[in-house]
Amino acid sequence: MVALRERGARFAPRRVSSLAWRAIVLIGISLAIMVLDARRDGVGWLRGGLAHVVAPLHRIVEAPFAIHDAVSSSLTTRDSLRAEVAGLKTQVQQDAVALARLRALELENERLQHLLDVTPREALRTLTARVLNVDLDSIRQRVLVDRGSADGLLSAQPVLDAHGVVGQTTRINATTAEIILLSDSNHAIPVQIERNGLRTIAVGTGDPSRLALPYLPRNTDVQVGDKLVTSGLGGVYPADLPVATITDVRRDPSQPLVQVRAAPVASLDRDREVMIVWYRAAPASPAPTPEPSRQTAKGKSP
Amino acid sequence: MNDTYATHRLPAYLGALLALLLGAIPLPHVLGLLRPDLLLLVVIWFALMSPRSTGLGYAFFWGLMLDAFSGMLLGQHALGFVLIGFLVHHFHLRMRMFPLLQQTVVVLILLWLYQFLMFWIDGVSGHPVNDWSRLIAGLGGALCWPLISGVFARFVQRH
Repeated sequence: MVALRERGARFAPRRVSSLAWRAIVLIGISLAIMVLDARRDGVGWLRGGLAHVVAPLHRIVEAPFAIHDAVSSSLTTRDSLRAEVAGLKTQVQQDAVALARLRALELENERLQHLLDVTPREALRTLTARVLNVDLDSIRQRVLVDRGSADGLLSAQPVLDAHGVVGQTTRINATTAEIILLSDSNHAIPVQIERNGLRTIAVGTGDPSRLALPYLPRNTDVQVGDKLVTSGLGGVYPADLPVATITDVRRDPSQPLVQVRAAPVASLDRDREVMIVWYRAAPASPAPTPEPSRQTAKGKSP
Repeated sequence: MNDTYATHRLPAYLGALLALLLGAIPLPHVLGLLRPDLLLLVVIWFALMSPRSTGLGYAFFWGLMLDAFSGMLLGQHALGFVLIGFLVHHFHLRMRMFPLLQQTVVVLILLWLYQFLMFWIDGVSGHPVNDWSRLIAGLGGALCWPLISGVFARFVQRH
């Protein structure tokens, strides 16, 4: 160190000091940006500008996968397509029957609720989004989808797949949006046990196949196999969506809380397509609104 | 002089862009843990070999790009890159003389320092990730160093 400083002094004293100065200035700028960015939208202009630069880069990373999908779908044979169509047709028929029953139940439910004078359920409107093959950060559980503010997305909207809750939107760019998965260690979702209505909170563990329920006392009535659904508290997720199944309950007599693990029902790390949901407590008409307004998906972001 | 700088900057920026894109390709879980910070390795290489044309400003720019690209707190990687860039720039004459193995060890230490800084910023900004996998990523990066320095030494003219 001493030798180096001497050498610096002999050869280029001004360059070394200017190097240190430049480093200090740039570190100061970085710190300032960090502080401003940590407060909401402190450097929104900078983030917005960079998002325009970065969005095409995300598309470039995605491109080989998109091309592979396109090529493999255009190369499928006629027979396999026929078989697929036949399968889908039977599936549609079965679903139509199930849907007709469901509709009858829904009408009955509405009549009963009207009799009881209960506020009707929230209307859901969904938008399908494709998950981009971009690995944002291997430690965090976040994914990028190909819909953005151009499609009317807002922050803190629930995201579902065919099986259950996937997560919620966080950062919305013009054409892409970031989704924080249930399993991110910064994510918590208010849930209730379907069997007995017990409310608690499920937090992410960083492992896409596992959630933790850290706030249950030891004498809680919770069993392996219990289903967890959203409780509707917290304002982000509508009620009664499937979230997870309890896989492990460990009661340690020396601990006041029971250690509970649950497996998400949505396939968090394998989804290619997800549904983004707008919902609100519909006061008079439960018909879905075509244009999402600011109030539809208000809620706390993580 | 300006010409040589310009011709040198183009490969530097192209290499960094390539590293940024390669760093985002999804990998299976185990490989994903070993995923090296390719962009940081590229920044280290250029800070080592041509600190004057691609030094701190270059490191800052690409750090900010990585922040925007991965949707992290803006300025986080920029800070880490500038710090590592400064250290490499400061010691570049000495580091160039090291044999490859010793250079790799120094790079490993730099990567761990960087990972620690990221860990610390994550903690302060309220996104703590308590995971040893960060150290493994540093190891993966150090393993890539001989490869990267070999490839760049072949294709990029030194200054």
